[in-house]
Amino acid sequence: MSSTAAVAVHGAHAEHHELGFFRTYIFSTDHKMIGRQFLFLALFMMSIGGLMAMLMRWELAFPETAVPGFGWVPEPYMYEGAIPPNTYNSMFTMHATIMIFFVIMPILVGCFGNFLIPLMIGARDMAFPKLNMLSFWVGAVAGSIMLSSFFVPGGPAAAGWTSYAPLSAVPVYTGVDWGQNLWCISLIVLGISSLMGSINYITTIVNMRTKGMYFFRMPLVIWSLFITAILLLLALPVLTTALALLLFDRLGGTHFFLPDGGGEPLLWQHLFWFFGHPEVYIMILPAMGITSDVIATFSRKPIFGYRAMAYAMIGIAFLSWIVWGHHMFQSGMDPALGTSFMLTTMVIGVPSAIKTFNWLGTLYKGNIHYTAPMLNALSFVAMFVIGGLSGIWMACTPVDMYIHDTYFIVAHIHYVLFGGSLFAIFAAIEYWFPKMFGRMMNETLGKIHFSITFVAFNCTFFPMHILGMGGHMRRIYNPLQYDFLKPLQPIQIFISISAFVLGAAQFIFLANIIWSLARGKKASENPWNANTLEWTAPSPPGHGNWVGAVPVVYRGPYEYSSPEVAEDYLPQSRELPEVSAAAD
Amino acid sequence: MAAAPAVANQSQIEWKGSLPEKGRVGILLLILTESSFFAIFVVAYLFYIGKSLNGPYPKDVLSPPIINTICLLSSSITIVFAVRALRVGSIGTFTLWWLVTLALGLEFMIGTGLEWQELIYHDGLTISTNLFGTTFFSLVGLHALHVTIGLILILFVSILTLLGYMDRRYAERTEILSWYWHFVDAVWVVVFTTVYVIGR
Repeated sequence: MSSTAAVAVHGAHAEHHELGFFRTYIFSTDHKMIGRQFLFLALFMMSIGGLMAMLMRWELAFPETAVPGFGWVPEPYMYEGAIPPNTYNSMFTMHATIMIFFVIMPILVGCFGNFLIPLMIGARDMAFPKLNMLSFWVGAVAGSIMLSSFFVPGGPAAAGWTSYAPLSAVPVYTGVDWGQNLWCISLIVLGISSLMGSINYITTIVNMRTKGMYFFRMPLVIWSLFITAILLLLALPVLTTALALLLFDRLGGTHFFLPDGGGEPLLWQHLFWFFGHPEVYIMILPAMGITSDVIATFSRKPIFGYRAMAYAMIGIAFLSWIVWGHHMFQSGMDPALGTSFMLTTMVIGVPSAIKTFNWLGTLYKGNIHYTAPMLNALSFVAMFVIGGLSGIWMACTPVDMYIHDTYFIVAHIHYVLFGGSLFAIFAAIEYWFPKMFGRMMNETLGKIHFSITFVAFNCTFFPMHILGMGGHMRRIYNPLQYDFLKPLQPIQIFISISAFVLGAAQFIFLANIIWSLARGKKASENPWNANTLEWTAPSPPGHGNWVGAVPVVYRGPYEYSSPEVAEDYLPQSRELPEVSAAAD
Repeated sequence: MAAAPAVANQSQIEWKGSLPEKGRVGILLLILTESSFFAIFVVAYLFYIGKSLNGPYPKDVLSPPIINTICLLSSSITIVFAVRALRVGSIGTFTLWWLVTLALGLEFMIGTGLEWQELIYHDGLTISTNLFGTTFFSLVGLHALHVTIGLILILFVSILTLLGYMDRRYAERTEILSWYWHFVDAVWVVVFTTVYVIGR
């Protein structure tokens, strides 16, 4: 038996032969390289999505005036720097589409899912490495299709990221022809990429855990990615199918969503939101997992209620399937049905509150280290509470009737997606950067970036609640066309200036990444004194992750400040003889 | 646990425990996600039953494809025989049952093709005629696409077998392919019930 082990060791080492440039950096099957590829793809897309947000803020604050520095943009898109209405429609559509499908999802699921799952469960790579590579490159093709839609006649899709039919189903309604088709095709292709990814993640987590890594010894970020992958597996086909039907309607003359052939536009809304609500949790659950790990590490305390955290995520994932109607209260829904959707939506508050109180319980009397990733994780909790509470509030049908499709909704989605997911992404990048690239990120720059972002974020999005209560509709081109919105214009200008500060602050983050990649302090194997398995591998880990044998797991991931050892951390893989005897 | 360290040192390299084959987990997940695809098409079909504004209507033009159904469902049995034969290493029996499976699948596709030809050229029903055509061709077409993918894979295995590359080492992969084929057959039961029983 020892001889087979020896053969296996040699087998593992034999894989370490040098690969060429293309196999290492471009068509790599290494989960860590694919994770990094997703990260850089998403950061690139984020700069495009962010630019569009800035242009929209200019238009809303100073309607129909020339944007400084944009006079060079050719005619159909802009008129000597001024944004025409159809370009504005394209911008809010593409801003949301890019940020949701090409930034938040690729970073949380694509980058950290790929990078962390094998490292944290003790596997040398994913279950299907080639499928993993294919998943990234199919995703990259989807991104290029989406970007190419900017350059077709009529411009990119302009029917909102929800693309409600029949607005999206008949080209003349938006004046966009191929832009909308490419939008559908791109998201169908991206859906296929995500399916390959999620099949890979689930198989890896089910099959490739190292010895001793039971399900309830997995870090919460792995739990969250596991649940997210299941949601992706079941929810994304719904979107893919709906998009295919929409594409048939546009190109094949079918009548799925077109009333002139007997079709029901409402079917699109049902299909879209049946996907859309699980999608919301696909974007927040990994952020919750990341936050749990970061908060436990920097509080030097075990996470409060580990099992409750895992069960709460399962509960959120389950409930996400039966709440989609709360996006459609205004669609003429039967009030009895509306009430049941209202109740199921409010029930989601229970597992979410369990998580929030458990984070607070973890912090309570902890030895808190205010590092840059910790600050971002803490603001995730704070912002998620604001976004979550406004979510419960507007789940009430009478409230929703009043604020539906106003800036209140815009404020809510940005509090959970920017204040929630994006802050967790900042935390995750800063926390795992040493493992990904072998260098520490600059702590001072990180704190400066965090402070400006936190203040500017709240100045940008909190006043939107007030705009929404004032009746300001979302997706309008020029608020000054409405008399009742004119008194709110100073708030718009304040929001826009804050948004420009917020946008500018992100360059600090980008600069920090670039500077740290080149000049950052070399990272040790375990710079944060954390417990989970990835910190037992070299920084950055080579091909096959661990130099010697794969570590064996003896305990849960959050044994901080354990009385059994002198240090304030006790890695999962450290063997304490008396402890394992007691556990027997 | 007293003897555990010694065992652990040996097994930690390629520790598998009692976990299932990753190929089986993968194909089950693929089947799960495919079910989600089909569910939406079935829902769309059920949602639009009887809502066509103009003819032709299902009761006028559809007749249940009984022979097709028998062929497709029995191909699920023949593929089981084939995989079992491969597991014990009798390549001859495997080849026979595998080719029968291929033939039964091809018969199903030919039958579907003839049905569609009748619908399109005789009854004038296309995907854009009415809601019935829209939902019928998309649902049955999606299933036919899956049968086609399955047939291409089965044909690929047949060619390898006839060239003499097949042996019992590939039984596991063949089994995984057979799971996909069972799924395609199970979906046909749902599609048949939806289109030819409920929808008529």
